[in-house]
Amino acid sequence: MLYREAGQFKTNYVSDSAIFPLRQDRIGLGLIILAAYALAFLGNSFLLQAVMIPFLVFSLASIGLNILTGYTGLLSLGTGAFMGVGAYACYKLMTAFPDVNVIIWIFVSGFFSAAIGALFGLPSLRIKGFYLAVATLAAQFFLQWCFIRIPWLVNYNVSGALDAPLRTLFGIPIMGPNATPQTRYLLVLTIVIVLTWLASNLVHGRIGRMWIAIRDMDLAAELMGIRPLQTKLLAFAVSSYYCGVAGALLVFMWYGGAEYDVFNINQSFFILFMVIIGGLGSLIGSFFGAALIFILPIVLGIVLPAVLSPFGISVGSDVIEHLRFMIVGALIIFFLIVEPHGLARLWQIGKQKLLVWPFPY
Amino acid sequence: MRAPDHPVMSKGDVLLAVENVSLGFGGVKALTDVSFDIRKSEIRAIIGPNGAGKTSMLNCINGFYYPTEGRITFKGVKRPKMRPYEAARGGIARTFQNVALFKSMSTLDNIMAGRSIRMNSSFFWQLFRHGPAMKEEVEHRKFVEEIIDFLEIQHIRKTPVGRLPYGLQKRVELGRALAMEPDLLLLDEPMAGMNLEEKEDMSRFILEVNQQYGTTIALIEHDMGVVMDLSDRVVVLEYGRKIADGTPDEVKRDQRVIDAYLGVAH
Repeated sequence: MLYREAGQFKTNYVSDSAIFPLRQDRIGLGLIILAAYALAFLGNSFLLQAVMIPFLVFSLASIGLNILTGYTGLLSLGTGAFMGVGAYACYKLMTAFPDVNVIIWIFVSGFFSAAIGALFGLPSLRIKGFYLAVATLAAQFFLQWCFIRIPWLVNYNVSGALDAPLRTLFGIPIMGPNATPQTRYLLVLTIVIVLTWLASNLVHGRIGRMWIAIRDMDLAAELMGIRPLQTKLLAFAVSSYYCGVAGALLVFMWYGGAEYDVFNINQSFFILFMVIIGGLGSLIGSFFGAALIFILPIVLGIVLPAVLSPFGISVGSDVIEHLRFMIVGALIIFFLIVEPHGLARLWQIGKQKLLVWPFPY
Repeated sequence: MRAPDHPVMSKGDVLLAVENVSLGFGGVKALTDVSFDIRKSEIRAIIGPNGAGKTSMLNCINGFYYPTEGRITFKGVKRPKMRPYEAARGGIARTFQNVALFKSMSTLDNIMAGRSIRMNSSFFWQLFRHGPAMKEEVEHRKFVEEIIDFLEIQHIRKTPVGRLPYGLQKRVELGRALAMEPDLLLLDEPMAGMNLEEKEDMSRFILEVNQQYGTTIALIEHDMGVVMDLSDRVVVLEYGRKIADGTPDEVKRDQRVIDAYLGVAH
């Protein structure tokens, strides 16, 4: 009964075209953000370090891929590599200019992957669908080769690995071994919120409409004066920017150090699955997808032994591991059958039903 | 709606001239030596039996194909080889034989997307959805609402077009083309698959667009009743050649047209 449209009249076009036209939605969003910040002070370091930080990082990467694949309809398998470009660019920048605050470098590193992404997006004018996916695979392999073979990228470090140097903000360590999960979580959370807000502005405006137009009917879009190449390249650039920032956060805010191998093809598929399960063409779906694919296995790992032990079934950790894979796999298939348009669509349907509850329509 | 922004042309001037245009795909000739013109503010029908090359003609006009021979002059300038989006920016809009809407978008967003070429706030402001970006959004929204009122589709403003019945989809597509404020509006079978009432509605909209805003319209249509009632002049194609050109009455009496449609005894 609380979730109602009634009585909320729109008297001008600004309020009518608001991204969250319902007051209840705005309040809900505010509460979620508040809760996310409160979690930094309530949650233990396992929750922050092993669950929340990676969840946010993967959500950000999913938003990136969603802009390209979900909104513009261009299938990409180069996400891992574009994330890698961001991470390596961030490493080079912050080691070359250690005095500049690292938060600035995290944002700037995204521009490097945006440029590389736009470059590898050039074939998208001519090729579509699976063929484009194969073309982006070239980016994946080529860039990964660069990460391995160009020692300059890791400052000729013999181990060939990226490591997070100690960096501070107002005297508090925010990166490196001394930074607490709490400060890193707060930083990642803030970056993800800001970038999600910007992405949401983009996809709801002229640029978003042009992207969707290209996705839904590229010929009609072109006959309406939308330039296909520019629009697609912009999608590649913005998408890769998000992936690049996510890559930098992944290495320096979560792992603390990593080798080229974290940016392999598996990473690309991992993000792609999140986008598909979460919902193509939905920002909130990116969060749902990341939660289902990343958090669910962790939760199962904790819940399963607890559920099974009262029945006197004690299982080894290896069996739990197998069960985890099976259950997650089954759930993915279940959700795809129930709603091929992803969790975001389920969420939307749920909200529609709630609006008219307890009546059917 | 604003007046089209191009060198002032008055009613009756030649807006688009097609001169000796031929179009071939390998060995197949879709058009052979076709010439006709479209004058400012008229409704020009292109008719002919199936496969006569009508849609190919439209595709040449809006830059999707480039004629193998002959030339097309638009607003007095010979058209170079161009991409379809350049033709669109030059002031040519069109609708499609099979509806080509952006299915996942609402009616409102579809028509707003038609305004894309007239919107130019920077990427920076788009990021923040404030200042010039929001101002522009509201300005164009006003224009789009005028079109929505005009086409009487207020009730489906926020409905995703994929869920609309066919007749309404055709109407939304007309709205999207109108949003571009074109100098020349190409309609490819705007009434295909409609019932009588929908056809009457659509005819009314076409006439109103033409009379109120002076938009030049070229349309392909199979319903002869509609063609004869709506159009000022008709050009008839058969097997890629022009066989008749003139007012509906002249064309109706033309023996070659009658033969083309009814067949000849051999």
